Amino acid sequence: MNSKTLKKDWNSRLFEYANMALLIIFTILIIVPLWNVIVSSFSSSRALSEGGFIFWSPEFSLENYRAVFRDDMIWQSFFISVAKTVIGVITHVLFCAMVAYGLSKNNIRGRKFYVGMGVVTMFFSGGMIPTYLLIKDLGMLNSFWVYIIPALLSFYDVIILMNFFRNVPLALEESAKIDGAGHWKIFLKIFIPLSMPAMATIALFNGVGQWNDFMTTKIYVTNEYLYPLQMKLYEIIVQAQTQSMQNVGGSVVIETATKGVQLATIVITTLPIVIMYPLLQRYFISGMMVGAVKE
Amino acid sequence: MVETQSIKKAREPLAKRFKQFFIDFARQWEIQSMILPGIIFMFIFCYIPIYGLSIAFKRYTVIDKLDTAPWVGFENFKLILSDSFFWDSVVNTLGISFLKLGIGFIIPIILSIMIYEVSSSRLKKFVQTVSYLPHFLSWIVLGGMLINWFATSGLFNEVLLSLGIIDEPRNILLDPNKYWWIATLSDIWKEAGWGTILYLAVMAKIDPTFYEAAKIDGAGRLKQIWYITIPNMKLMISLNLILTVSGLLNSNLDQTLVLMNSQNRESAEVINSYVYRMGLAQGDFSYATAVGLGVSIVSVILLVTANTISKKLNDNQSVL
Repeated sequence: MNSKTLKKDWNSRLFEYANMALLIIFTILIIVPLWNVIVSSFSSSRALSEGGFIFWSPEFSLENYRAVFRDDMIWQSFFISVAKTVIGVITHVLFCAMVAYGLSKNNIRGRKFYVGMGVVTMFFSGGMIPTYLLIKDLGMLNSFWVYIIPALLSFYDVIILMNFFRNVPLALEESAKIDGAGHWKIFLKIFIPLSMPAMATIALFNGVGQWNDFMTTKIYVTNEYLYPLQMKLYEIIVQAQTQSMQNVGGSVVIETATKGVQLATIVITTLPIVIMYPLLQRYFISGMMVGAVKE
Repeated sequence: MVETQSIKKAREPLAKRFKQFFIDFARQWEIQSMILPGIIFMFIFCYIPIYGLSIAFKRYTVIDKLDTAPWVGFENFKLILSDSFFWDSVVNTLGISFLKLGIGFIIPIILSIMIYEVSSSRLKKFVQTVSYLPHFLSWIVLGGMLINWFATSGLFNEVLLSLGIIDEPRNILLDPNKYWWIATLSDIWKEAGWGTILYLAVMAKIDPTFYEAAKIDGAGRLKQIWYITIPNMKLMISLNLILTVSGLLNSNLDQTLVLMNSQNRESAEVINSYVYRMGLAQGDFSYATAVGLGVSIVSVILLVTANTISKKLNDNQSVL
């Protein structure tokens, strides 16, 4: 009897240790490559061309960052990235919330039609070319607003907010009505402050999307002054690749100089996400759950 | 009472119901004014492009407007059938998608079970924090990282050299034979941790008394996983499978654009990047739209089929 429980205990412990070991290997597989990029970005071009390091650079230097920050266009791209993320998130959340507030009232005329119209947009779209033609006809090619206006509404987000608004106690709304408040006032003064957790979730997801988005620029924007960091980085990568392919065996110095710039730009482009990450993490798990609930 | 009211309502003459609709509508103007901007938005940005799909059946040139371009019926679709570049991209799309489906679908399931089974809550939190992080990197950033990791003086070659697996460094990003694996494994690296969130949420809701009962019956850890954890995840697994299957033809455009180069193009070009190249780079709008439309139609068929099959397997419980 005693030996049997001991054996079982031993099996369970073996399972536990093997499991932990595998998970630790898994996290190492994620951390080491990321760490390597950071270390490399702080390496001198000579260390980069020689290679031969994984965890620690033989020659630390800030030259890559100096080169990146000397470029005025990087500052311009940073400004565009921040502007489109901040403006995009605020307008997106408010617009979605406004529509969601209206649709959260059950006795609205045409409600079924509105929701049906929205659900269709979740499954069908015109695709890349017809959307491009529309944006072109609207005169939004090479305009900052192409980042903001087509991204105003997402029906997924409307559904999430709609479900959240339904849980706001009816008594609050009624008492406000007795005090003479209209729906706009109720929406702005009661529903928005009370729905901050839901709005923050959507804002964070949308913000990451805006910050990381590069296809919008690639498709609709050719003006370099409107490039966000992601597009700037893409250009640097593509440039470096074609250069290094032309220079197979040729001048190594050019290749590694751009390599250092690439690495520094990668780190700078990712920095805001990494800084926001602790904040993000608090919200996104509950956000995923709300998002998975269908109406 | 309610029933008679609704019958009465249905029998009222149309004109009267119409009038009533407008009276109600006007009375609700304040709320309607909040919804209508959204409806107008969807009409412009979602429905006009859906109407714009008609150029797949037209011969559209830059001088035309959508309505003046001449109809050509299925001519664009006929061209697709004889376009060998298109079929190459189909092969690549399916190859990469099935690799992602075969490996990338299973790993989050295994990983979430492993995380769930860890008893140390600190390790659990640590693994989760680390594994979610790559999801937040854009494909451009990750592409840039991959290019540096795989460079001849980069991390990948360094590790393989020091382990003695290879003798001299090679850049596998330039090797078309390796591209499918690079696309698949980098996608898994980025998304595996993120894919565990919903599974972990489902597992958190499993009644712990199930496990206690199983322990009393003498079930070991593996048996508990097999007979309790996995059956409880079945619905979430099928939901994910349906979504994955319906996206089979929609390979990641960002990933392809950043990882494709002149050396690996033959095995890197996927349908989405082909549509991008034909449409926006070469200006063949009608042809690219036809390709896109064909892919959407097949995707919807896949979605419906997968949903029907899973409905049968899940005792008529539809997951969508």
